[in-house]
Amino acid sequence: MATRKAAKKPNASKDDLLQYYEDMLLIRRFEEKAGQLYGMGLIGGFCHLYIGQEAVVVGLEAAAKEGDSRVTSYRDHGHMLACGMDPNGVMAELTGREGGYSRGKGGSMHMFSEEKKFYGGHGIVAAQVPIGAGLAFANKYRGEDTVSFAYFGDGAANQGQVYETYNMAALWDLPVIFVIENNQYAMGTSVQRSTHSPSYWERGAAFGIAGEEVDGMDVLAVKEAGEKAVAHCRAGKGPYILEVKTYRYRGHSMSDPAKYRTREEVQKMREERDPIEAVKSILLTGSHATEDELKDIDKKIKAVVNESAKFAQESPEPALEELWTDIYADELPQEASA
Amino acid sequence: MSIQILMPALSPTMEEGTLAKWNVKEGDTVTSGDVIAEIETDKATMEFEAVDEGVMGKILVAEGTEGVKVNDLIAILLEEGESADDIDSADRSAGAVTETVEPEAEAASTHAAAPAAAKPAADVPSPAAEPDVPEGTTFKSQTVREALRDAMAEEMRRTEDVFLMGEEVAEYQGAYKISQGLLDEFGAKRVIDTPITEHGFTGLAVGAAFGGLNPIVEFMTFNFAMQAIDQIINSAAKTLYMSGGQMGCPIVFRGPNGAAARVGAQHSQDYAAWYASIPGLKVVQPYSAADAKGLLKQAIRDPNPVIFLENEILYGKSFDVPELEDFTIPFGKAKIWREGTDVTLVSWGIGMTYTLEAADALAEMGISAEVIDLRTLRPIDYATVINSVKKTNRCVTVEEGFPVASMSNHIAAHIMAEAFDYLDAPVLSCTGKDVPMPYAANLEKLALTSTQEVIDAVRAVTYK
Ligand SMILES: Cc1ncc(C[n+]2csc(CCOP(=O)(O)OP(=O)(O)O)c2C)c(N)n1
Ligand SMILES: [Mg+2]
Repeated sequence: MATRKAAKKPNASKDDLLQYYEDMLLIRRFEEKAGQLYGMGLIGGFCHLYIGQEAVVVGLEAAAKEGDSRVTSYRDHGHMLACGMDPNGVMAELTGREGGYSRGKGGSMHMFSEEKKFYGGHGIVAAQVPIGAGLAFANKYRGEDTVSFAYFGDGAANQGQVYETYNMAALWDLPVIFVIENNQYAMGTSVQRSTHSPSYWERGAAFGIAGEEVDGMDVLAVKEAGEKAVAHCRAGKGPYILEVKTYRYRGHSMSDPAKYRTREEVQKMREERDPIEAVKSILLTGSHATEDELKDIDKKIKAVVNESAKFAQESPEPALEELWTDIYADELPQEASA
Repeated sequence: MSIQILMPALSPTMEEGTLAKWNVKEGDTVTSGDVIAEIETDKATMEFEAVDEGVMGKILVAEGTEGVKVNDLIAILLEEGESADDIDSADRSAGAVTETVEPEAEAASTHAAAPAAAKPAADVPSPAAEPDVPEGTTFKSQTVREALRDAMAEEMRRTEDVFLMGEEVAEYQGAYKISQGLLDEFGAKRVIDTPITEHGFTGLAVGAAFGGLNPIVEFMTFNFAMQAIDQIINSAAKTLYMSGGQMGCPIVFRGPNGAAARVGAQHSQDYAAWYASIPGLKVVQPYSAADAKGLLKQAIRDPNPVIFLENEILYGKSFDVPELEDFTIPFGKAKIWREGTDVTLVSWGIGMTYTLEAADALAEMGISAEVIDLRTLRPIDYATVINSVKKTNRCVTVEEGFPVASMSNHIAAHIMAEAFDYLDAPVLSCTGKDVPMPYAANLEKLALTSTQEVIDAVRAVTYK
């Protein structure tokens, strides 16, 4: 099947387009700021940026409704912003501060929001896939018509637990959308070097799971495919696979010298396929917005991001007692209480 | 206002680096994403991309400079409408805008600072002194198997959120018949046969627990849970902490654990010490049917992930089980099976069979042993053990697990730290041998601990 491209005429209103532009720009600017704070030593450890992949989460969130859940890997900042989590809380978690979503105890890879039904933030490649199916299991068990989005990478797509999960999801008709964010690399390993038959979504056929490939640099195409997948799941037809072809501009994590691909390859993607530029061009050529209106959005986003960076630096580090809290839901850890 | 460009940290460990090359010169226009410089870290040469847009106003550190500290000011970028003359000398003071609230690094954790031995050996009452059931309770004889089934059935009647999944739990009625009758009563929605896919169904159950349900996952045996141990430890046990207390995982993992009979090395391991070493898990290893029932009900209600280690050989053993409408036993409360004055025997699970037999034999020899069944290994009822050791001044631990990095090691170390002055002999342990489980009947017997080993250990510590 050919890669899904958005219809010639955008299937979105002016307001929708402006919203996608703003949502993607927020992720882009937030991630750039995170990279900067990392460079300043304010963020430590691993920090995996989402720059280049913004259309994936923004397009799919546009297809989701209240009550749907989502779970992803360590490359999670974009997912959190797209589902409406507070940029201040995310940035403060990156700096390991009390105001962070996990009060500084999770870090870049581990944040959660019960309220937004964002279930992490997982550091073990592909562990989130059965968890996403389990969330769908809970939805179905309770008789709700909500769906679960389980995001994972092209590298994760070769883990055994993915296929264990496909089998159970199909067997039990679970309302889960498996979103393979194929950004063509797993750290330094390209898909060509890791995967014999590189069309990941087609593997669903072995389990009787429907799916398709989507152009992940085109937010409207992602949204359209997302709507189809969501309708499939809500209709009780079981799981669906979306293989979203995307690209990360930055290194795997902040410490990646990126010697496995050429600068030209990255530059070409940025210049010719950038998802934000694409929406901007639709907005301008279709006379949906003026340069000035877009500039205003840029300014607004910049202010939000700067505010999050300020909050993330001003929020204090967690109190030392925090070392010993949240180990058990109901009591002190045994070594502390002994 | 002009924008300061600081020497970036390009890896988790970088403190300084070499500014190998500038890719722009003063006066060049820079847009976000342009590579403006190349920087050598201790590990690699990295490209340094611009975050902001503007015109390169001033380069302050020449290319080729080594040992440039992270956060040193290396260049100044001009924003729209600014000229190089606007660069205020104040801007050149490195890190002016990067100042942050520095944590006070003093006073690490008070817990880490205070060595365990310095703590006063306070007289904490023994939780085991409290009886498990009210006076006048009547009992009926039940096998461990029946008690476990009743515990699950009662909890499944209590709330719809509890369900059971695992291999052969439904139509086959359980590989060891623990779930006998549950499919009939609760139906296929709540008693779910899974494919043979431990890693997958464990992760799925963890997701269902995050989603608000209370899964009971039966492993056909805990040997097979090794396929799923990543989901148990990394996902179930750690998420509450990693989420700052937001997202708990109320789930029970249960099934037979340890040696059965003549099933060889891959089907005979006791995992108690593995799981008991993980903060975030609770670990239960019951011996009697009453404890199996009261503790399993407690486990299902617990808001944390609980590892519930059963034993195939104990499944068919009968015990008195209280006839109470709702019988639960709190975690962290040992049971004193018999009181004694000469030595404390500490055991749990199947280890209790050797321990009780040995205590009988020792009584005949005139040695009075106090027998403590820990019942839960996380949390551990330390107080009951310590109080007993203070009275008997001697201790022997009994388990079937491997001896290295064992529960016995942990308990002995704890006694040494908390009751060193009370000990009249070293704490000895009777454990499984440090070998993979052999198949041959005679070797298998040798690989496990035995009643005689317990008796010998007691004679050694009592010098009798
Ligand atoms: C089980 C496991 N193995 C290895 C790693 C180390 N690791 C972290 S990310 C990664 C690459 C994953 O690539 P992909 O799934 O394509 O996701 P992307 O980073 O491209 O978003 C590896 C090997 C890990 N975290 N977990
Ligand atoms: Mg990838």
